[in-house]
Amino acid sequence: MATVSFSVNGEVRALKLDTRTTLLDALREHLHLTGTKKGCDHGQCGACTVIVGGQRINSCLTLAVMHEGETVTTIEGLGTPEHMHPMQAAFVKHDGFQCGYCTPGQICSAVAVLDEIKAGIPSHVTGDLNAAPQLTNTELRERMSGNICRCGAYSNIAEAITEVAGRRA
Amino acid sequence: MKSFTYEKVSSPAAAASAVVSNSNAKFIAGGTNLLDLMKLEIETPSHLIDVNGLGFDKIEPTSDGGLRIGALVRNTALAADARIRRDYGLLSRALLAGASGQLRNKATTAGNLLQRTRCPYFYDTNQPCNKRNPGSGCAAIGGVTRQHAVIGASDACIATHPSDMAIAMRALDATVQTARPDGSIRDIPIADLHRLPGDTPHIETTLTSGELITSVTLPKPVGGTHIYRKVRDRASYAFALVSVGAIVQRDGTGRVAVGGIAHKPWRVEAAEAEMPHGAKAVAAHLLEGASPTKENAFKLSLVERTLGAVLTEAKG
Ligand SMILES: Cc1cc2nc3c(=O)[nH]c(=O)nc-3n(C[C@H](O)[C@H](O)[C@H](O)COP(=O)(O)OP(=O)(O)OC[C@H]3O[C@@H](n4cnc5c(N)ncnc54)[C@H](O)[C@@H]3O)c2cc1C
Ligand code: SF4
Ligand code: FES
Ligand code: FES
Repeated sequence: MATVSFSVNGEVRALKLDTRTTLLDALREHLHLTGTKKGCDHGQCGACTVIVGGQRINSCLTLAVMHEGETVTTIEGLGTPEHMHPMQAAFVKHDGFQCGYCTPGQICSAVAVLDEIKAGIPSHVTGDLNAAPQLTNTELRERMSGNICRCGAYSNIAEAITEVAGRRA
Repeated sequence: MKSFTYEKVSSPAAAASAVVSNSNAKFIAGGTNLLDLMKLEIETPSHLIDVNGLGFDKIEPTSDGGLRIGALVRNTALAADARIRRDYGLLSRALLAGASGQLRNKATTAGNLLQRTRCPYFYDTNQPCNKRNPGSGCAAIGGVTRQHAVIGASDACIATHPSDMAIAMRALDATVQTARPDGSIRDIPIADLHRLPGDTPHIETTLTSGELITSVTLPKPVGGTHIYRKVRDRASYAFALVSVGAIVQRDGTGRVAVGGIAHKPWRVEAAEAEMPHGAKAVAAHLLEGASPTKENAFKLSLVERTLGAVLTEAKG
């Protein structure tokens, strides 16, 4: 057993955990934040994506005890049904889901992707490595490739993200 | 997952003493490969030493015009660094071709180099595998081998090394800096870090027990056009079937390293003399002695054709 404390959605949470507990299991089983989903548990699907210290990561491939003092944002922290984050609202508007299982991960990832483009981080499809990356559909699709959608809602997901990106720009 | 104790260290000396006092300890950095394998009980450390507090997270100029990359620099940060993008584009391109945005945010320079094979029989603990369980045999030999090595393999193991980043590091002549538990430090040329499988496929690198990677150094930029071309079963978020990392100069000379075909990044310096004569000549030399299976023989022509495409692209 080990202890760890980190901030989740603005609230400091102290936990006593088996060292084997992943961040994903700590969120779901110990903090009962079940918005974050477990798809593959092996980094292959993106359903467990959360934002830690401003960066999106797969919460299934990291240990909770490795996040002492860090700041975690989950889908519950982005917005609520009454006060949705613009990305959540856009997913609703554009039908960016079917069963919804991948959706929390898609939305956390999408929010971080827009920040990554803004920060000038290139991607595999960026033409000129030395120029600012553009917000094209090809860029969005490549950057979102770590989030698999079994229902194939990809084109609507891309539309939702594009709308939020346009509003921000 | 087997249970383990955990400690976070804040100095290389503390890491060394942790390694010495725990016989079955492992370092953990991003955790994206190690935890995956621990869940499957392919890796079963009884003690984890978290190295994320060591501060090896900077990219600094060296006195001879190169760059020293801290072992903990994340793949995203390395690919996005302005100096890397400008002078070592091959490295940015290779990193960005690997894994996903989420994984690259966690994955570290050292962890990426030391990631283990993606051989499906290595992952399937019901199968014999000399790498996972020395002496048990190799289920891949005689099995489904489309992804496996075509050169440098042995009767004990035909696995490939999966890293994209390592291909770029090999073409760029990187050097790996390490610290051993006794406090000694050394430089390992990237060419000497990864081993061919031989009779001991479970020994994958020349690192000794408890040896910690502290940084990876790039020599001063060599110019040229930098191209990384990865061929895979889907356009993103998949490992390479074959990848070609090349630096091509205006006069057609250059360097090339190939991924997806061997137990280590595959580069044959002598083959590079053929670069001005085209892909066929280079590939013939580079792949001399290849022994593919029926299922992966396609990789030989795929290397030649991918290299051909790269050389054409380099001409602009
Ligand atoms: C779904 C998926 C897809 C992927 N696709 C790709 C891909 O297309 N291309 C690609 O190249 N990679 C791919 N990867 C692999 C990924 O790049 C690696 O998991 C990652 O780079 C490992 O880095 P890490 O810091 O997380 O390593 P860890 O998991 O922390 O460690 C890996 C190994 O390195 C050792 N180690 C770590 N740091 C040090 C150090 N400083 N000194 C000594 N030993 C150390 C650890 O003990 C462990 O044995 C993929 C992974 C996943 C899960
Ligand atoms: S090829 Fe190597 S890793 Fe794969 S089953 Fe054979 S011994 Fe194991
Ligand atoms: S549950 Fe983490 S990537 Fe699938
Ligand atoms: S909406 Fe069903 S998996 Fe994406």
